[in-house]
Amino acid sequence: MTQPGSLKEGFIEPGKRLFAPGHRGCAGCGELLAARLVLEAAGPNTIVANNTGCLEVTTTPFPASSWGVPWVHSLFENAAAVASGIEAALIATGKREGINIIAQGGDGSTFDIGIGLISGMLERGHDILYICYDNEAYMNTGIQRSGATPTYASTTTSPSGKVSWGNTRPKKPMPEIMAAHGIPYSGTASVSYPRELLRKVRKALDIEGPKYLHIHVPCPTGWYCDSAESIKVGKLAVETALFPIYDIEDGVVTNVKRLKEIKPVTEYLKTQRRFAHMFKKEGGDEIISAIQAIADKNVERLGLKK
Amino acid sequence: MLVGVKLTAGAWVEPATTIDTKTGAWRSFKPVWSPEKCIKCYLCIDLCPEGAISALPLDEDGKKTGIQVDYDYCKGCGICAAECPTQSYEMVPEEK
Repeated sequence: MTQPGSLKEGFIEPGKRLFAPGHRGCAGCGELLAARLVLEAAGPNTIVANNTGCLEVTTTPFPASSWGVPWVHSLFENAAAVASGIEAALIATGKREGINIIAQGGDGSTFDIGIGLISGMLERGHDILYICYDNEAYMNTGIQRSGATPTYASTTTSPSGKVSWGNTRPKKPMPEIMAAHGIPYSGTASVSYPRELLRKVRKALDIEGPKYLHIHVPCPTGWYCDSAESIKVGKLAVETALFPIYDIEDGVVTNVKRLKEIKPVTEYLKTQRRFAHMFKKEGGDEIISAIQAIADKNVERLGLKK
Repeated sequence: MLVGVKLTAGAWVEPATTIDTKTGAWRSFKPVWSPEKCIKCYLCIDLCPEGAISALPLDEDGKKTGIQVDYDYCKGCGICAAECPTQSYEMVPEEK
C-alpha cells in the first residue's frame, strides 16, 4: 500500500500532509524531518505518544498541533507507558486491528529519563514501535549533555575549556540495551538516508511485538553547524563509522550498512563547532585518535567495511 | 491568542493546526528552483524539514513535471540547495 507522502504517490497538495508545516522547529532541523518521514511511512492509522522534548514543544505550541493523527503528550519520560495503556485500551475495546502505535522521544527522554518505562514496555511485550530521535543532547532546554552525547563533544554542561575536553563519558549503546530485552527488532537509521528510513519504519511496524528504532538526527543549533549542512553532517556520521546503521533481529545483527570507504573521523568532527576545541588546543590529536578508536571499534564489531 | 480556547481536563487541540502559522517569515535566504537542470529525482521533497516542497501534477503523458516550493512555510534552511544533485536551486537573499 502506498502511504500518503511516499514518493510513489507523487503529488501532495501543500497542506495535505499528515505532519503539518508551520511547526516551530529550527531551520534545517533533522528531528522534525525524521518525524515527518516516520509519520508518512506509518500512515494515517497511527496513534502517537510523545515524550517531552524538542519534538513535543515545537510541534504542539498550544493551542495548535502539527500532528494529523491522534497524538498525546503526558510527562517527560512516559510515552512508552502511555502507549502501553493505549494498546491495552484498544484491545479491551476490540479496536486493535490495523492501528499502528508509536511511542517516541528524544535522546534525553530515551537514554536518561525514560529508560525504565521503555524497558517496562519491552518487557511486557506490547506491540508498539518505540522511536528515539537522537540529536545527542538536551537541545530543547539549551544543549545540556545526555547519555547520548558522544565522547569529547562540548555541551553547555560539559563545556570544553582550558582543562576540559568536553563530555568525557561514552555514548550509551542503546540499540544493544534494547535488543538485550529479547525483542524481535532493534534497529538504527539516519535521517540523511530518507528512503532507507521509510523502509525501516514500515519494516518495524510489520513486525509483531515491541520494536525499537534509533534515528540519528543532526541538530544545527546544538551541533553548531550550518542549517543547510545537516543532511551532509548526518551522512558523514555514517560514513566515518561513528553512527553505524544496522538491525538486531531476535538478538542477531543483520542488515549492516556496509561502506566501500570508511572516512577518517576528522571529516565529521570538522563540520561541527561542538568538536572545534580538539583542532585548536594542544593535545587535541590524542583526543581525535581516541574518537577514531571508537569508529575503528564499530568497524570491527559490525564488519562495516565492504 | 487564547481567547475562545476552552480548557479541558488535559488540554486538547484540533489536528494539523500549526498550518495557520506561516513560518516563511523566518526566512533570510530563499530557494529558487529552476526547471532546466532538474532531473525530477524528488530528493528535495524527501529532505525538506518543513514539508514545504511538493511535486507538481504529472503531465498528460504521466511524466513528472517538477516541484514547487511553498514559501508560506519555507524557513530557508538551504537543505534543498545543498543536497540537490544537479544544483537546481539557488539561494537568494530575501528582500524586505
